[in-house]
Amino acid sequence: MKIHEYQAKEVLRKYGVPTPRGIPCFSVEEATQAAQQLGGKVWVVKAQIHAGGRGKGGGVKVAKSPEEVKTWAGKILGMQLVTHQTGPEGQKVRRLLIEEGADIERELYVGIVVDRVTQKLCVMASSEGGMDIEEVAASTPEKIHKVFLDPEKGLIDAQADYLARRIGIPEASVAKARTSLQGLARAFWDCDASLAEINPLILTGSGDVVALDAKMSFDENALFRHPEITAMRDLDEEDPHEIEASKHDLSYISLDGNIGCMVNGAGLAMATMDTIKLYGAEPANFLDVGGGASAEKVTAAFKIMVSNPKLKAILVNIFGGIMKCDTIAAGIVAAAREVKLGVPLVVRMKGTNEELGKRILAGSGLPIISADNMAQAAERVVAAARGARS
Amino acid sequence: MSILIDRNTRVITQGITGKTGQFHTRMCRDYANGRSCFVAGVHPKKAGEDFEGIPIFASVGDAKAATGATASVIYVPPAGAAGAIWEAVEADLELVICITEGIPVRDMIEVRDRMRKLRKQTVLVGPNCPGVITPGGAKVGIMPGHIHTPGPVGVVSRSGTLTYEVVGQLTGRGIGQTSCVGIGGDPVIGTNFVDVLGLFSADPATRAIMMIGEIGGTAEEEAATFIKAHVKKPVVAFICGQTAPPGRRMGHAGAIIAGGKGTAAEKMQALEAAGATLVRSPADMGATVARVLGR
Repeated sequence: MKIHEYQAKEVLRKYGVPTPRGIPCFSVEEATQAAQQLGGKVWVVKAQIHAGGRGKGGGVKVAKSPEEVKTWAGKILGMQLVTHQTGPEGQKVRRLLIEEGADIERELYVGIVVDRVTQKLCVMASSEGGMDIEEVAASTPEKIHKVFLDPEKGLIDAQADYLARRIGIPEASVAKARTSLQGLARAFWDCDASLAEINPLILTGSGDVVALDAKMSFDENALFRHPEITAMRDLDEEDPHEIEASKHDLSYISLDGNIGCMVNGAGLAMATMDTIKLYGAEPANFLDVGGGASAEKVTAAFKIMVSNPKLKAILVNIFGGIMKCDTIAAGIVAAAREVKLGVPLVVRMKGTNEELGKRILAGSGLPIISADNMAQAAERVVAAARGARS
Repeated sequence: MSILIDRNTRVITQGITGKTGQFHTRMCRDYANGRSCFVAGVHPKKAGEDFEGIPIFASVGDAKAATGATASVIYVPPAGAAGAIWEAVEADLELVICITEGIPVRDMIEVRDRMRKLRKQTVLVGPNCPGVITPGGAKVGIMPGHIHTPGPVGVVSRSGTLTYEVVGQLTGRGIGQTSCVGIGGDPVIGTNFVDVLGLFSADPATRAIMMIGEIGGTAEEEAATFIKAHVKKPVVAFICGQTAPPGRRMGHAGAIIAGGKGTAAEKMQALEAAGATLVRSPADMGATVARVLGR
């Protein structure tokens, strides 16, 4: 689960990481009031959306007067902000962060991820702040420094100081950098984060070390023990189809193609998408109905798929191992009837009671196209989608 | 003859009083030699009771002492699952298979760290996996037993139903399996591809290995390095998620292309360079294994 920059900064401040003073705002009036409240001569108006690359997309502006704050807030609030992470349609800006301006001497980078190989947290730091860290990793990997954390000890002083010195923090500010790095590491561990990034972490003219930006996302499997993090969820930032799917315990991801897929199991679902692609078409979604797909779940899945205006055909691929094919077939027939399915439906079922399942589909009177294996299913659904298009 | 489990493995079910644990314990008991294999269950407050004749003990330690079991399977819900793994490791079981999906990554980091620091020899399979089956011998997990048949192919996979798909294709062609191991779809797991490839390499009955990877992490790249250096048997590989978009978690907690890394293309390239036979379409997995076996 992702949160906004201003929320991540709230979390980090609790762990002793200094950030600029700032106030989240939902309207232009709130933004101008915030500027007055903060005082000073320079403010930064920052669009709050979950995607990165906001600055390049025009979502971060420096204002030198309260009037400019008002102007920028008016322009940014409500805009469709397009960044390299939002896709071409962009994301609507509904929240702003108004911050005091900062005196930037140097821009640095620090981030934390779970390293699967060592099975430890990995803290990465770089002197190349403010840039896309993936570019730094690709072009100058020697400028990224890493330490791995003992889960019982966290980021120890020696590791924090090592990173600080490697990224060019002057000796007088090493203790301040240590505070920020250790605060970030503790916040990550305590809150069950899955990713945390301060980019840039800045060194100010007076030698302070401050988080100018912050990004955090959290392990969804651990949210049950963090009600305060769960409360930060912003549904406006999520795909409405994905929200609806999560209510029914379905794993759903919207994609750009026009062939809907409903599959049991994540691996088989990905493999089904791959097969559709091999036959020259693109999947409209990833959808894993899970191990115990009930008629209710299958109906919910169909409703979500058919609400996509791009949909041209649906492929259902079920390996009924423990789940019985006749149960699933009955669920599919009921769902197709309930949603008054208007696109071709190809069903491939394999496993327990396969023949019984196929008979239920054939006897339903619905125009369901049956397939015996994955290749045939993909071929038929792609052909059906093309037919539906013309 | 097989890896990890066989007809002589004696298993404790942790989470035997829950609906999932009961359902699958029943299915496992009814498979091959399961009646002899499933010897105990664990529940802290139900010691002395039984589940359909399988005695329940207060702890893994008690169950092990009373029955001589050397393995356990875990169906405990996510919040308590890491604790259940640790209980089994502390009792020095040889093998622990954790089926539970949804365990917080932090809990797994802690368990794995303790296992390393205390030099525990327990082999952990999973979590978030279908388990292990040795066709005709024993089934410890949630896979449908009837699609499997004994034979010469070792199967290892990060996925559940996609493994059933390949097993279905193999069995449909009359090609059986030595053992099938689901290593799980989480970012932090016990046994990895490399471990299982090593076991299959050393198993004289295994003549070919079918490996199914997916996007996210570098386990497939590590497998490629291992295959090149150590595996003399033919390896057929399929990587799912060739069409998955970056930055999105595809169902499994571990299936995510992060920072441009962990793509299917990179993994396929590494495995091909290591000498594995790559399958492009999941529909061709069984046929490709048949070909490398000369059938």
